[in-house]
Amino acid sequence: MNAPHRLAQGGLIDRARPLSFVFDGQAYAGCAGDTLASALMANGVKLVGRSFKYHRPRGILTAGSDEPNALVELRTGPRREPNTRVTTVELYDGLVAASQNRWPSLAFDIGAVNDWLSRFLVAGFYYKTFMCPAKFWEMLYEPLIRRAAGLGRAAGAGDPDHYEKAFAHCDVLVIGGGPAGLMAALAAGRAGARVILADEDFRLGGRLLAERYEIDGKPGTEWVAEIEAELASLPDVRIMPRTTVTSVFDHGQYGAVERVNDHLPVPPEHEPRQRGWKIVAKRAVLAAGALERSIAFGNNDRPGVMLAGAVRAYANRYAAAPGRRVAVFTNNDDGWRTAADAHAAGIEVAAVIDSRAEPPAQFAALGIEVLTGAQVSHVHGGQGVRGIDVVDARGRLTKIDCDVLAVSGGWNPAVHLTCHLGGKPVWSDNLAAFTPGATPPGMHVAGAANGALTLAECLHAGVAAGAMAAVECGFPIASFMMPSAEDEASGVTALWHVEESRAKAFVDFQNDVTVEDIALANREGFSSVEHLKRYTTLGMATDQGKAANVTGLAILADVSGRAIAEVGTTTYRPPYVPVSFGAMTGHHRSRDFRPVRLAPSHQWAEEQGAVFVEAGAWLRAQYYPRDGEKDWLETVNREVTATRASVGVCDVSTLGKIEIEGADAAIFLDRVYTNTFSSLPVGKSRYGLMLREDGFVMDDGTTSRLAPERFVMTTTTAQAGRVMQHLEFCHQVLWPELDVQMVSVSEQWAQFSIAGPRSRAVLRKLVDERYDLSDKAFPHLAAKEVAVGSVTARLFRLSFSGEMAYELAVPARYGDAAIRAIMAAGEEFSMIPYGTEALGTMRIEKGHVAGNEINGQLTARDLGLGRMMSSRKDYVGRVMAQRPALLEPDRPVLVGFRPADRKARLRAGAHFIPLGATVTAANDEGHMTSVAFSPMLGHWIGLGVLKRGPQRIGERVRAYDPVRNGDVEVEICSPVFFDPEGARLYG
Amino acid sequence: MRIPCPYCGPRGNDEFIYLGDATVRRPDPQALGASDAFYEYVYLRDNPSGLHQELWYHGGGCRSWLVVTRNTRTHEISDVTFAAGGKL
Repeated sequence: MNAPHRLAQGGLIDRARPLSFVFDGQAYAGCAGDTLASALMANGVKLVGRSFKYHRPRGILTAGSDEPNALVELRTGPRREPNTRVTTVELYDGLVAASQNRWPSLAFDIGAVNDWLSRFLVAGFYYKTFMCPAKFWEMLYEPLIRRAAGLGRAAGAGDPDHYEKAFAHCDVLVIGGGPAGLMAALAAGRAGARVILADEDFRLGGRLLAERYEIDGKPGTEWVAEIEAELASLPDVRIMPRTTVTSVFDHGQYGAVERVNDHLPVPPEHEPRQRGWKIVAKRAVLAAGALERSIAFGNNDRPGVMLAGAVRAYANRYAAAPGRRVAVFTNNDDGWRTAADAHAAGIEVAAVIDSRAEPPAQFAALGIEVLTGAQVSHVHGGQGVRGIDVVDARGRLTKIDCDVLAVSGGWNPAVHLTCHLGGKPVWSDNLAAFTPGATPPGMHVAGAANGALTLAECLHAGVAAGAMAAVECGFPIASFMMPSAEDEASGVTALWHVEESRAKAFVDFQNDVTVEDIALANREGFSSVEHLKRYTTLGMATDQGKAANVTGLAILADVSGRAIAEVGTTTYRPPYVPVSFGAMTGHHRSRDFRPVRLAPSHQWAEEQGAVFVEAGAWLRAQYYPRDGEKDWLETVNREVTATRASVGVCDVSTLGKIEIEGADAAIFLDRVYTNTFSSLPVGKSRYGLMLREDGFVMDDGTTSRLAPERFVMTTTTAQAGRVMQHLEFCHQVLWPELDVQMVSVSEQWAQFSIAGPRSRAVLRKLVDERYDLSDKAFPHLAAKEVAVGSVTARLFRLSFSGEMAYELAVPARYGDAAIRAIMAAGEEFSMIPYGTEALGTMRIEKGHVAGNEINGQLTARDLGLGRMMSSRKDYVGRVMAQRPALLEPDRPVLVGFRPADRKARLRAGAHFIPLGATVTAANDEGHMTSVAFSPMLGHWIGLGVLKRGPQRIGERVRAYDPVRNGDVEVEICSPVFFDPEGARLYG
Repeated sequence: MRIPCPYCGPRGNDEFIYLGDATVRRPDPQALGASDAFYEYVYLRDNPSGLHQELWYHGGGCRSWLVVTRNTRTHEISDVTFAAGGKL
């Protein structure tokens, strides 16, 4: 293995399992247990990315999901994922990554000229420079800026992998598997609670993996392994590694993302890449730890300037030396640990620079050069640190050679999830950090996330929170031997910004926001923290300012002369880390976006070569093409002609079907329909119209009375669910006193419309001969249970086509058998199946309204159905339908249209303009709702609504369709084009 | 949100359909001034900050219409009853 910065021993990597990977075309070697970040570091790769705005060279700052700099495009081809943080990418053999936002190469990037132009690229630069004209913004400026200031490229091709959505329930959700989280999970688990322990790392332990702490006299990692083993042995504890809890929702719901197979080049067969979890927990323990922050000083963004805790993580956990000679710059005791650990790992420590006058005593024995009351003001080196300038309390400048500068500006408790339901964090002067304020109901915060920054405090807080959560869920307190650990020094004195800095001092590395940008924003009046964020972009983008926000608003407080508590924070919103769309949508994409409902005759229709169309969630046969037919219209014309000449069959099972029963069922129907159903005799069907309470038409359909207290209602396909909900509302909310029950039976019945002059002849062969089907015995609108073979079926004499027609309903499991039996019976009559197109053509020929007309904006009167509104009873929508504006004579009303030139084609959606009038909205008199080519008439016909339409029969108007360049003169006519006397219904 | 349906137990709000104010009553259609009363009933709603009684339909469950008392500031649900009245 040839990794020059790999330490000879130690770390939680497996040197026996080498892994090869490629970064920017160069092959490297790493080990199992590495992240891409630690593997790059072990190979001495410091320059990893270019910054967003100035294209400044950037390296790795952190060792976790808070990384702002080191973003890469991971993988290639359709699996390429932009803006991936190298610090969270688990190394696998064959991994390929590429740097982004640079051209032509990472080391030589033309865009770096922006850094020289930076005095012009200050906060608000875009708003100030590219002001006008406004349309230039869309056409010119935005595309240019987007190209120059960019992140990675999306794959540009469909993601070949699967994603899942999953749900889990538990008593106690523990968020974070560090010392506090492990203790919380163990305390709750031992008490018997159902526990989920989620941690975003691939290995439990949190900071214990990155430190050299001992617990109960054992190395921290050994202790973690013991706890993990006990947790795994508890039957109701579920450990979820690689899982980040990203969001908190109301009533104990948590969103999480599990990176199931991101650590493999390709997920194993039948396994998802990621899983989006919704976890419902009675209680949660937030043990998300704390995030270290930097200090703003000149060139503090150079590759090699790292957070002090991250340097320890690379040295201790990954056995990767960030450099040969490390200097430490700290304002707190914790930073000193980096010097001690680097020293122990055999990395030369150049100096510790502590901004405080009194450093902690316990590190004095290391024999390291210490500068107290001093600050780093400048970093030398371009694509990597070469040295630093240190200013001491008396203003003396010292230059120190080093290739890594470890910086600690203190720790920010990870309060994010405590804020997702509106909680505001509270400033603590003592910790120089924000700690959780009011937490979401049911959430306890433990450990560093709560401002407890020492190991002993974390362990205690974890036990307390876990035990409390379990008790609140009704479990007893489990006995507990508290582990013993060091209560290490954790003093801090706030330091945000080094005044003596000459070069740019960065606050937000990802958005290239400097101290000067914040000062400028404040000078220009953007002194509210929310304005500051929008103006400077501080805290935006993929890291959401995890490493930057608190420093930024502390500097804002400083330059605006306010206290930090007074400045406050911006709003922390979910998700905590970027979430892929895949994890949010799971399998619900493209064809699988929602379930597809198939009609009972679907398989048969497929065998016939039917073309299908989506109708709501249903797939319905649209038409049945035959060999030699040149287009859909020829097919549809044949289907209509054949049905009207002899007989055709259409699957109408998709209509909603609702059974309504009870002593008050008839009264109930009278109240929900505009027309009367209490007078409907048993064995009869009636067309009904339903309004919404605002007086507009909601739905139509037929309802049949099967017995005195038993009805079956049909609804339109699209409104089936809505009508069911409406009926339940009417019953449960408006009139609970009515004795009525209802149930949807849409899926229980397969229903076929058999239409045409020979329909009775076909049915005669199907229905048991003891049932008289003559026109006298079973007239139009008759409804009856009949036997078809051994099956009890329902027969209705209903017609949508205008032909003599029947609807035959059989239990859904006989649907396939029924269509085959119907077609066999119809063979001698040249029966054909017809689809939704022919169905539509025939209903337009007859002037029947459908979904195009019942669009929620038209009244019964508008549809020419005013006579169906009973004046002898009340019903839903009656009062509001009488509003004067809805009775205006000028309201568009349904009429028919045919082209003046019979060869012209009509278009639905065309608007009607009086002849000779200009095409303006003021002259708009209505619009065409449905059109079809009528094979019976040999020309196009249309239905539409037109002002005073029924009084204008014979008049001509323009049907104007600017969308499709349609402009046709049309003649107003009756909406009933075919068989206006309705003679064909009988026979 | 999760709504404790008195029939099904606590369920995610994606199983429910929201309607709004549960305190409005359908006016007497025969009464004088019915058209004004219906106008208010159909269109006018208060938007309270705090406790709100509202109708939710458990369409993805038992099909009950429920009256949910919810604090619009905190989403805290303090009571759920059947709109039709009665108890299990």
